[in-house]
Amino acid sequence: MGRERLQRYSLAGPENQAAVAAGLAGGAWFRSAVPRQRLKELMRRSDGPAIRDTAIWIGLLAVFAGLGIAWWGSWWAVPFFLAYGVLYGSSSDSRWHEAGHGTVFATRWLDQGLYQLASFMIMRDPTTWRWSHARHHTDTLIVGRDPEIAAMRPARLARILANFAGLADVPAAFRLMLVHAAGRLTADEADYVPGPERHKVYRTARIDLAIYGVTIGLAIGFRSWLPVVLIGGPRLYGAFLLQVYGLTQHAGLGENVLDHRLNTRTVQMCVVNRFLYWNMNYHVEHHMFPMVPCFRLAELHEEIKHDCAPPYPSLWAAWREIIPAVLRQLRDQDYFVRRELVAGAAPFHEPGPANDGRGRPPAASAAA
Amino acid sequence: MGQWIAACQADDIDPEDVIPFDHDGRAYAIYRSPDDRYYATDGHCTHEQTLLCDGLVMGAVIECPGHNGRFDYTSGQALGAPVLTDVRTYPVRVAGGIVYIDAG
Repeated sequence: MGRERLQRYSLAGPENQAAVAAGLAGGAWFRSAVPRQRLKELMRRSDGPAIRDTAIWIGLLAVFAGLGIAWWGSWWAVPFFLAYGVLYGSSSDSRWHEAGHGTVFATRWLDQGLYQLASFMIMRDPTTWRWSHARHHTDTLIVGRDPEIAAMRPARLARILANFAGLADVPAAFRLMLVHAAGRLTADEADYVPGPERHKVYRTARIDLAIYGVTIGLAIGFRSWLPVVLIGGPRLYGAFLLQVYGLTQHAGLGENVLDHRLNTRTVQMCVVNRFLYWNMNYHVEHHMFPMVPCFRLAELHEEIKHDCAPPYPSLWAAWREIIPAVLRQLRDQDYFVRRELVAGAAPFHEPGPANDGRGRPPAASAAA
Repeated sequence: MGQWIAACQADDIDPEDVIPFDHDGRAYAIYRSPDDRYYATDGHCTHEQTLLCDGLVMGAVIECPGHNGRFDYTSGQALGAPVLTDVRTYPVRVAGGIVYIDAG
């Protein structure tokens, strides 16, 4: 049953067409009413905050790398590379995400530049992942449609745990680079990357492989791990926060729903975590209004919180819910966490039996 | 032969903004540029049919609220992924404070 259930997540399988036929694909999602004038204010772009944060981020990367190199060969290098690794292997995820949406900078080339850099660091092809993420927003947690479901039912626990050290994602990224460099896409990628975009995928894979080839060549030539610790390696030893943050977004929540309040979490975080995660903790807000830059999401939260479930007060509170939910889903794939909205909120948008959150096959839901 | 249709009052649109207009079962987006020129396009994004009137106007660019795809609304040109197909534009004229579009 578990294996069959997991196969349903393939975009190349029958679940994709079933979701389309059931009206789950490209569905009409709930959005809180925010006055147009206020929304325009919140959507407005500005270079200042993003330049400031990016300068701090790159500055810290340079400082910690420098200190790590200076102490190379001694245990004093470890904390510096740990900090470097988190900024590289975890925070590049949120930079990739925000720049991919094109909302953080007012100046387009700054956005594109950050997107290319962060994509390289997080080991995601910038083209395939742009399209994958567009699909994730269109069909968030729609089984057979969303290519970015991290915690399936049942969850691939070994994969999730391994990814705290990048041990599943990094080998998969290199396998994909080789596939792309050979001029091919996977079946899932072929479902969402249009033909005219594919040449970019192949070109990027060849460039990335060349960079990693030079890095490994330098490591061999100098008989030192240092080049690998600086380039590529942080995606392994610095990836744990990526998992700590990223799994709070949707794990354990409803599937096949058309309301982000049923499948997405907003988690309150301290200022350090919000810098490292670039305010992606306001994830319900981001999914409901993806045009609002991350710097304005806290304000957007104030505008729509009367329509939502209360935010999780901490990362710990979110994980205290996620762990038992994901473990229970190992034996009960109908189970999901259903949150209570605050009093007076607009009711959940559940237009049909398929949208009750259990993620059952649409045909079975209709018959139930 | 053009078919000029009264779409809205010129003042119905803020500078650097967009509003929806429906006619004969078809959705249009009417734009007012920062320098007070008026333009019209199809109402839906060519990527996934999201309504452009909910998007953000920045200079001569409309950004789609669905996936942040961008068009130059003065020419209809798609400005990059995830929009790859240009959006159709329509001639516009303003007379007596009324915005007319030529829906063809």
